[in-house]
Amino acid sequence: MTDSSPPQSDGAVAGQPLGPLTADAGAPDDPLAQAVSAAAGRGSSRLIAILRRSVTFAITFLGLLLATFVIGRVIPIDPVLAVVGDHASPETYAAAHAAMGLGKPLHHQFWIYLSGLAAGDLGTSVATARPVIEDIARYFPATLELATVAILIGIGFGIPAGVWAAVRRGRLADHVIRVISLLGYSAPTFWLGMIGLLVFYATLGLVAGPGRIDIMFEGLVPATTGVMLIDSLLAREWEVFADALAHLVLPASVLGLFSMAYIARMTRSFMIEQLGQEYVLAARAKGISPGRVVWRHALGNAAVPLITVIALTYGSLLEGSVLTETVFAWPGLGRYLTTSLLNADMNAVLGATIVVGAVFMALNLLSDILYTAIDPRTR
Amino acid sequence: MRYSQRFILLPLLAAAVAAASVAPAAAEAPRGVFVMAKALDDLISLDPAEAFEFSGVEVIANLYERLFDGNPADPAAPAGGVVESWEVGGGGREFTFAIRRGLVFHSGNPVTADDAVFSIRRVIRLNKTPAFILTQFGLDPENLDARVRALDGHRFRLTLDRAYAPALVLNVLSAAVTSVVERAAALAHERDGDLGHRWLRTHDAGSGAFRLVVWNPGEHLILDAVPDHHGGAPAIRRVVIRDIREPATQRVMLMRGDIDLARNLGPDQIVALAGAEGIATFSAPQARLFYLGLNQANPILARPEVRRALRYLIDYRGMARTVLAGRAQVHQAFLPIGFPGALEEVPFALDPARARALLVDAGLGDGFAVTMDTRSDPLALQIAQAIQATMAQAGVRIEILPGDGKQVLTRYRARRHDIFIGQWGPDYLDPHTNAAAFARNPDNGSDSADKTLAWRNGWAIPELTEMADAAVLERDPIRRAARYRVLQRRIQEDSPFVILFQEKALIAARDGVKGFSVGLMSDRTLYRDLSK
Repeated sequence: MTDSSPPQSDGAVAGQPLGPLTADAGAPDDPLAQAVSAAAGRGSSRLIAILRRSVTFAITFLGLLLATFVIGRVIPIDPVLAVVGDHASPETYAAAHAAMGLGKPLHHQFWIYLSGLAAGDLGTSVATARPVIEDIARYFPATLELATVAILIGIGFGIPAGVWAAVRRGRLADHVIRVISLLGYSAPTFWLGMIGLLVFYATLGLVAGPGRIDIMFEGLVPATTGVMLIDSLLAREWEVFADALAHLVLPASVLGLFSMAYIARMTRSFMIEQLGQEYVLAARAKGISPGRVVWRHALGNAAVPLITVIALTYGSLLEGSVLTETVFAWPGLGRYLTTSLLNADMNAVLGATIVVGAVFMALNLLSDILYTAIDPRTR
Repeated sequence: MRYSQRFILLPLLAAAVAAASVAPAAAEAPRGVFVMAKALDDLISLDPAEAFEFSGVEVIANLYERLFDGNPADPAAPAGGVVESWEVGGGGREFTFAIRRGLVFHSGNPVTADDAVFSIRRVIRLNKTPAFILTQFGLDPENLDARVRALDGHRFRLTLDRAYAPALVLNVLSAAVTSVVERAAALAHERDGDLGHRWLRTHDAGSGAFRLVVWNPGEHLILDAVPDHHGGAPAIRRVVIRDIREPATQRVMLMRGDIDLARNLGPDQIVALAGAEGIATFSAPQARLFYLGLNQANPILARPEVRRALRYLIDYRGMARTVLAGRAQVHQAFLPIGFPGALEEVPFALDPARARALLVDAGLGDGFAVTMDTRSDPLALQIAQAIQATMAQAGVRIEILPGDGKQVLTRYRARRHDIFIGQWGPDYLDPHTNAAAFARNPDNGSDSADKTLAWRNGWAIPELTEMADAAVLERDPIRRAARYRVLQRRIQEDSPFVILFQEKALIAARDGVKGFSVGLMSDRTLYRDLSK
C-alpha cells in the first residue's frame, strides 16, 4: 500500500488529468520530437488554461461590478443626501446631483466608472473625503491582519479538534467538541465580542482594548505594509509589536472561534468518512502506526475538500466582519463597506467589492494550486 | 488513542503560551492628553465651507474662529469673535466690520479683512451645503465682489439685499460657515480652481485654540493645543477623539480608563454608570428636537380634528421618564429652549378620551390605519413603539416602517410618508432658522425651490409664510421675539407637526475631568477648558 491511497471520487477533479494523457497518445516515434512535442503540448495547454481562467475572471469581475452598480442605483436611498445632507438648498442639491453624474443614463454612468477604473481611478469616497484607493489601502490591511490571525487560530484548533472528535466518535471528547463547535458557530460574534471585552479587557485586564494600537504608539512605525504586526517587526519596534498583538488577540480569537467551529465540524465529517474506508482498515492490518494512519492517510485524503472549506472561511473573514469591527473599533473593510452602502457611497462600495472579488479569485487560485500539490491526479 | 491527544495538545499549548505572552492593556490615558470616544461616522469634511454634520462642525469650532461668537446667555446679542466692532448703515443693509487686532493663524500669519472676505466668498462660490445660510441675504457669485469687499487690511463691508433684523445678521455670522480661513494657505493648495477645498477637507487653515494633527477616518482625530493662542493656552496639550461607534464599547473603555470621556452612551448605560466608582455622568441641553411630521397628502391626517387628536395620544412625560430617561425633556414648540422667544409651555398630555371625542367629530370613531416611517436605531424604534401603543388606545393603528436613516429620509423628502418621526437641529442661533423650516412654505407645488419641513408635509400656509418673512425684518428685539411666539403657538395648536422633545446630550467622564463645554448647538462645544 502506498502513502497516496486512492481518495474518494471527487467529480470536480476526477476528469482533469485526462487532458495531457490524451494529448500524449498521438506523439511521433522519435523520442526527441516526442519530448519537444509533449513539452509544447503541455505549454500550449497551460497557456490555454491560463487564458481561459483569465477570461473567466474578467467576466466574473465585470458581472460582479455590474450587479453591485445596479443594486447601488436601485436601493431606495438618495446618494446625494450622503453628500449634501438634509438641509442643503435645492441649488446645492442640484449641483451635487450633476457633479455625481446621476442625471446620465445608467449604462453611461457605468461606462464612466469603468473608464476611470481602467486608469486606476476608483473615485472619491463621500464618507471619508479621500480617494477610494487610499481608503482601501488603509482598511484592507487591518482586515487582512485580523482575518489571517483568526484563520490561523481556526486551523490550529479546528483541524486537531475535528480529527480528535472523529477518532473518538461517540465518546465524551466528541460530544464536547461538537457542543463547542455548535456554540462557536451559532453564538453571535457581536455578543461574544462584548462578553470578551467585559471579561478579558475590562475586568481581568489581560488584553488591550478596542482599536489596533494605543494612541501613544500612533505614528511610531511607518505603514510599509499596513499590517501592524509586520510593520512593527520591520521597524524593530518591539513595544509596538506587543501592543498591536495585545489589541489583536481578542477580536482575532472571537473570529477564530467562529472559523474554528466550522472547520472542526467539517474536519470531523470528512475524517469520519475516511476512517470508514477499506484502505484505512488495510493500513491498520499491515501494522502501520495508528498515528500515521490518521494523520497521513486519512487526513491526507480529507485535505482536498478541507482546503475548500478553509479557503471559503478565510474569504468570508477577508470580506470583513462588520459586527466584530464595530465592537472592537477595528478600522476594517467590513465596516467601511457597510457604512458606504448605507450612505449609497457607490465609489466606495464598488472599490471594496473589487477587493472582495479579487480576494475570492485569489483564494480560488490558491486552492487549485494546493489541490495540485496534495492530489497527484490533478497535476 | 494517546498519540492523537498528544498531537492535539501541542497546538493548544502553543496557543495558550502565545496568549499568555500578550502584553496587558495599557490603561489610563496619558496625562496632558485628553481622550474622548465619539461616533465619528458623520464626519465627512473639515472644510468650513462644506461641513454641516454635528462632528465636523464641532471640530471646526475648535480649529477656527468665526466672525461672531454666539451668545448663549443672550442669543439676541451675539458677541464679536474675529470681528471686534461693527457699524450698520445704508438703511440697515450695510454692515461694516473691523477685525480684532492681534489674531494670528496657525501658520503665524495675521488674520486680515482679506481673509474674512475670502472666507465668505468661497462659501458662496463653492456652494456646498451650508452656503444657504449666507445666500439667504441675497449673495450670489455675480454680486459677490460688490457685496462683500475689504475696505482696508482691517475692515470689510457686507451689503445685504434687504434691511434684516441686525440680530439675525449677527447670529448668522456666528455660524461655523463663517469661520475665517487663511487665504494664502487655501490658495497654496488650490487644485482646478477649488479654492483649496480638497485640501481643507482634511487639513486646517484656521486661528482656533487647536490645530489639526491628523484625521484618520474610522480611527481617530488628533488636535494639538496652540500654546501661544491669543485667547490663552488651552488647559490640555492634546485632544484625541477616537471613533468608537458602539456605545457598549465606549462604556467598557471608560470603565477601564482608556478614555476620559464618552459621548454616545444610551440612557440605560448612563443609569448603569451613575453610581460607578471613578465615573461621573451629566447631561446638557441640546437644540435638537424630536417631532412627528403628518403628511397632509393623506386625507385623514389633513383633518384638523385628527391632527389635534394625535397630540393627545402621546405619553410625552412617560416616554421622557422611561424610554428617553434623561436623554430628552418634553418640549412642544418649534424653538428650543435657549433660543430667543422660545415657548416653554407644554399644553398637551396623554388624554385618550379627549382624542376619541375628536376622532368621533372627524367621523373616525372606529379609528384608522396609518404608517409611520422610523429610523431603525434602537431609540427611534422605542419611541415609535411607545407612540404606537398609546395611539392604539383611540383606535389609531400604526404600522411602523423601519429603515436606515437615509432611506427613511429619502421617503420623507419625496413626501411618500404618512407619519415621520424626525429630528431637527437649527443651523444657527436665531429663531429664523427653525421658523423657516416649520412655518414657511412659499410654494407647495412638487417643483418648489424651497422644500422646507412644511413643504415635505404638504402643508400650504401662505399666511404663516408671510408672518415668518416679516419677522426677519423686525428690528426691535422684543417685538421680534413676540412674533416668533405667535408663530410657535399657531404651529403648536394646529399644524402637521407634533413637537415631542428637546434633546439632551448624555456624557460620562472619569472623575477629575473638568471644563467640557457642551454647547446648545454642536458649533459651541469647545475643548479649550478641558482638563483632567
